[in-house]
Amino acid sequence: MAISSEQRAVDRVDAYLARSRTKAGWHVPDWAITTVSLVAVLGIWQAAGPWIDPLFASYPSAILAAGERMAASGQLSKALWSSMQPFLAGYLLAAVVGVPAGLLLGRYRVVRAALGIYVTAGYSTPLIALVPLLMIWFGLGFMVKMVIIFLLTFFPICINTWAGVRAVPKSLVEVGTAFCASQSTIMNEIVLPAVLPYIMAGLRLGIGKAVIAMVIAEFLTAITGLGGTIIKAANSFRTADMLVPIIVIMVLAVVLTHIVTLIERWVAPWQSEIAGDDGA
Amino acid sequence: MSDATASVRFENVSKTFDVSVGGSVQAMRALDDVSFSVGQGEIVALAGPSGCGKTTALRILMGLETATSGSVVVGDKPVHGCGHDRGMVFQHAELLPWKTAIENIKFALAAKGLTKVDQDRTAGRYLDLVGLARARDRRPYQLSGGMKQRVGIARALAIDPDVLLMDEPFGALDSQTREALQMEVLSIHERTKKTVIFVTHDIDEAVLLADRIVVMCAGRIREIIPVAIERPRRDIRAIRTSHEFVTKRTVIWEALHDAGSLTATAIA
Ligand SMILES: Nc1ncnc2c1ncn2[C@@H]1O[C@H](COP(=O)(O)OP(=O)(O)OP(=O)(O)O)[C@@H](O)[C@H]1O
Ligand SMILES: [Mg+2]
Repeated sequence: MAISSEQRAVDRVDAYLARSRTKAGWHVPDWAITTVSLVAVLGIWQAAGPWIDPLFASYPSAILAAGERMAASGQLSKALWSSMQPFLAGYLLAAVVGVPAGLLLGRYRVVRAALGIYVTAGYSTPLIALVPLLMIWFGLGFMVKMVIIFLLTFFPICINTWAGVRAVPKSLVEVGTAFCASQSTIMNEIVLPAVLPYIMAGLRLGIGKAVIAMVIAEFLTAITGLGGTIIKAANSFRTADMLVPIIVIMVLAVVLTHIVTLIERWVAPWQSEIAGDDGA
Repeated sequence: MSDATASVRFENVSKTFDVSVGGSVQAMRALDDVSFSVGQGEIVALAGPSGCGKTTALRILMGLETATSGSVVVGDKPVHGCGHDRGMVFQHAELLPWKTAIENIKFALAAKGLTKVDQDRTAGRYLDLVGLARARDRRPYQLSGGMKQRVGIARALAIDPDVLLMDEPFGALDSQTREALQMEVLSIHERTKKTVIFVTHDIDEAVLLADRIVVMCAGRIREIIPVAIERPRRDIRAIRTSHEFVTKRTVIWEALHDAGSLTATAIA
């Protein structure tokens, strides 16, 4: 009798979940709304084209033409490849160092007391101001760019992970303690999964920071890559050419952020369900 | 009853918390010289006004908190941290959100050191016991409050503890679900004869389930009230209308009422 009442409860929850999936009423898929919005904005921009002075701005078809020309000459892919190397190296290094550092800061009082202040200071300082010094130390090439990207990305990733550890529900850690789980089990099966959403948020934030760092590094050190392409086009007043790498960077950042979101759904599938929406 | 069959003994247990109030640290006495014992297979309810130390007593028994003085003995061993001789059911189930129902139970079994095969078999059996075989692969967010609490009970029972501890286990549930789970606890107790200690604010629940009710007040035991309803307790309707049930309800209501007004004057 208890079982049958329970089965009814199971069915009720099933029915509820099914209903909440189909509820929304008005059913135009999100991607369709996004497409309509994009087409409208690009259309208005394009229509305004004839009135735009090519020195001050540009319009979609002109940018597209410039893009095709730059892609055909191989200039674009060369710049992209040159930018991606310090970008990936700096970003991955920041992730590999930042996440464990954040975990240690959150978990161990001694580490927090000894090193927390530097992380907080580093996070609050406009580290861009250090670029002249970094150039003296690391020159103008790959190394200095990687270091700039690392520095600007490390702190948000580290701070987010740290905040995540502090937000782990004490009550869940106590479940581990009450059932006599080992410290490493508590770390791996309770603390880490609970921190995961914060780590992923830090990694997502880090992509934005790394992109900014990449462009600034290419502006301020040896003028190369996508950032360099922007500067060179601007210096010779080729506005459409200048907008091409900007759009490439934008697409790059969006794609990378989306990849992190996909990884998050894969490693923490429960998270979007708990949060109750899939807004990314 | 400090006899040899005692399963749990509180011996002069006191607990003081240091609470910082506006900069200065004050000692806050949550338990004050608490002694009682619980016999093997007995069900004991802890009742009393909010803040009187019920949760603190249970947490000390579970080893989540240490007593400032005195000791708690389970079987013949003084409590020192966690132990598989005690299983805890938390007020809000506290399932790990990233684990399915069965994985949550297996977590406790793995901590006890069972092999993978035994974990699977045992966890499945206890999920069956609480009527959740169909929900084994669901994560907590896909379970109702009552179902979560059942998984919590199954998790605590699965490690086969001598003593089952429950802190307001059904407090957050609707009355129908609560009643179903109360019957479940009675029938599990009938089969397993485990010692059960639980905290409740619900007088009916205390009388229905417990052999004795410990009424606390401001960190002390005010009264211990026995309930003479014979087991097995299956016919809820007959129990609820029985003379013993009705009188004990009143007795406990009065004890709680007095304890409540005492606490109120102590605070004022
Ligand atoms: N970690 C703590 N730090 C400081 N004081 C605490 C702590 N835990 C409990 N207390 C205090 O100890 C007293 C007893 O708390 P406890 O949680 O045991 O009460 P309770 O009887 O379970 O109450 P309720 O019925 O509201 O759950 C309270 O006054 C509470 O403020
Ligand atoms: Mg409590």
